[in-house]
Amino acid sequence: MSDDIADVKVTVTVNGRPRRAAVPPRLTLADFLRERCQLTGTHLGCEHGVCGACSVLLDGEAVCACLMFAVQADGAEVTTVEGLSPGDGELSPVQAAFRDHHGLQCGFCTPGFVVSVTAFLRDNPDPSDDQIREALSGNLCRCTGYQGIFKAVRAAAESSSASATPSETR
Amino acid sequence: MKPTAFDYHAPASPEEAVSLLGSLGDGAKIIAGGQSLTPMLALRLAVFEHLVDIRRIESLRGVSRSNGTVRVGAGTTEAAVGRSDVVAADVPLLARATPFIGHLAIRNRGTIGGCVAHADAAAEYPAVALALDATIETLSPRGTRSIPAAEFFTGIWSTALEPDELITALEFGVWSGRTGFAVEEFAVRSGDFAIAGATVAVELSSSGSVDRCAIGLFGLGPTAVRATAAEESAAGTAVPDLNPDEIGQAALAGQDVPSDSHGSAAYRTRVGAAMVATAWRRAVKEASGE
Repeated sequence: MSDDIADVKVTVTVNGRPRRAAVPPRLTLADFLRERCQLTGTHLGCEHGVCGACSVLLDGEAVCACLMFAVQADGAEVTTVEGLSPGDGELSPVQAAFRDHHGLQCGFCTPGFVVSVTAFLRDNPDPSDDQIREALSGNLCRCTGYQGIFKAVRAAAESSSASATPSETR
Repeated sequence: MKPTAFDYHAPASPEEAVSLLGSLGDGAKIIAGGQSLTPMLALRLAVFEHLVDIRRIESLRGVSRSNGTVRVGAGTTEAAVGRSDVVAADVPLLARATPFIGHLAIRNRGTIGGCVAHADAAAEYPAVALALDATIETLSPRGTRSIPAAEFFTGIWSTALEPDELITALEFGVWSGRTGFAVEEFAVRSGDFAIAGATVAVELSSSGSVDRCAIGLFGLGPTAVRATAAEESAAGTAVPDLNPDEIGQAALAGQDVPSDSHGSAAYRTRVGAAMVATAWRRAVKEASGE
C-alpha cells in the first residue's frame, strides 16, 4: 500500500458557498463537511450507511455522507442541516415541526432526520402515514422517539408552509 | 473505521474506464454508487490501491426500450429504476423489487450495475435478473460480452466478470400476455439484508394453465438462485391444480441455504418457502386479472 497518495483538488458548493480544498481520496464527504468546512451538524453514527445521522442533500437528493468520498462530490452541490434554516436563528418548517411535536430527545439523530424529511416532503408533499414511516426507515433514533418524529413529519406535511423548500434544485 | 489510502480515477468513458482497469491491474476496483463497497473499505474487509469511479460516465445511465427488450444502463441508480415508467410498465418485477433495497438514501446512490457486480446473496436485483433471464452486457479491453444471468453469479460475492471488465447495461426481455409479478421479502427491519426473499413471474394461457413461470430466490444460497425444478413442476398445469405451499417447498428443496446469527438454515428454508408461496399467490392473482 502506497503511503504517498497525492491529494486531489475539489470544489464542492456547500450550502450555496463554493468550497475549494485539496483532499486525500479516502476522506469521506462527512469528514470533509465536519473537519474541512467546520459544519458539525452532519453527525456520524454507524459510518456504514445504516443509521442515517450523516444524511445530506447531494444535488438535492438525500444521501449518506459517510458512504461517499469528498472527491466524488467534486462539482456537486451539497446542502447540510445548517443550510436548511433561513438564518438569523429561525427554523425551517421541518425543524419547527420537530420542536413543536417533541421530535427530538438527545438530538443526535435529528440533523439526519431533518435533512431526510425535508427531501421527502419536497418530493411527496401529501404523504400517507405508511409513506412517512417508509421514508423514516433510513434514519435511526437511539432514544426510540419515533412517535414524536412521526407526528412532526405529519404536522410539517399538513402545514402549508412546509411546501417551502431549500434553495437547491434537483 | 476509515478506508486505507487509495488513488482516485474518474474516467470520462467506459473505454477509458476499462483501459485504466487493464493498466492498473488487480489493485484497482470500480466504484459505482459505492453503497456496498464504501462500507467494506471502511471496515477494511476490502483493500484497493486504486478506485475507478464510473459515476461520471453519462452513457452508462438511463432506461430505454426497443424490440421487446428493456435496457437499463449499469450506472442507473436504484432510485431512478424505481421512478422509471418504462420499468414499471414493462419490467414490473424489477420495479417491485426496488423498494426493498436498503432505504431511499442508499437507492439515491446505489446503481443496478454495482448491485449485480457486488452479487450479494441477499440482494434483490440478482434474483430478478435470474428470474427474467436478463443479459448482462460488459466491456473489457478485449471488447464486449453478453453474459446470461444464469452464467453470471458463480459463488459468494463472485461473478463471471474479469477484473478488467465493466458492466455497461442489463437487458430484460418484456413478458406480455396474462402475466403477474411479485416480490416477497422478510428482513428483521425495513432495509436490512433479507433473511429470505422470492421473486416470482408467471404467464398464464388463455385456458388458465401456467404457460411459463420463473422463481428467483435471494438470501437462500451462496448467491441468488433460480428454483428451476419447482418451475418445471408447475409449468403446463392448470392454476387450480397447483398448491402454492407445495411450490414453495419444492423451490427450497435441495438449496444450499446458509445459517447465520439471524437464522438457521432450517428456519430460512421455512421462511423462504413461505415467501415463494405468498409471491406465487400474488403473481397468479395479478395474471388472472383479479
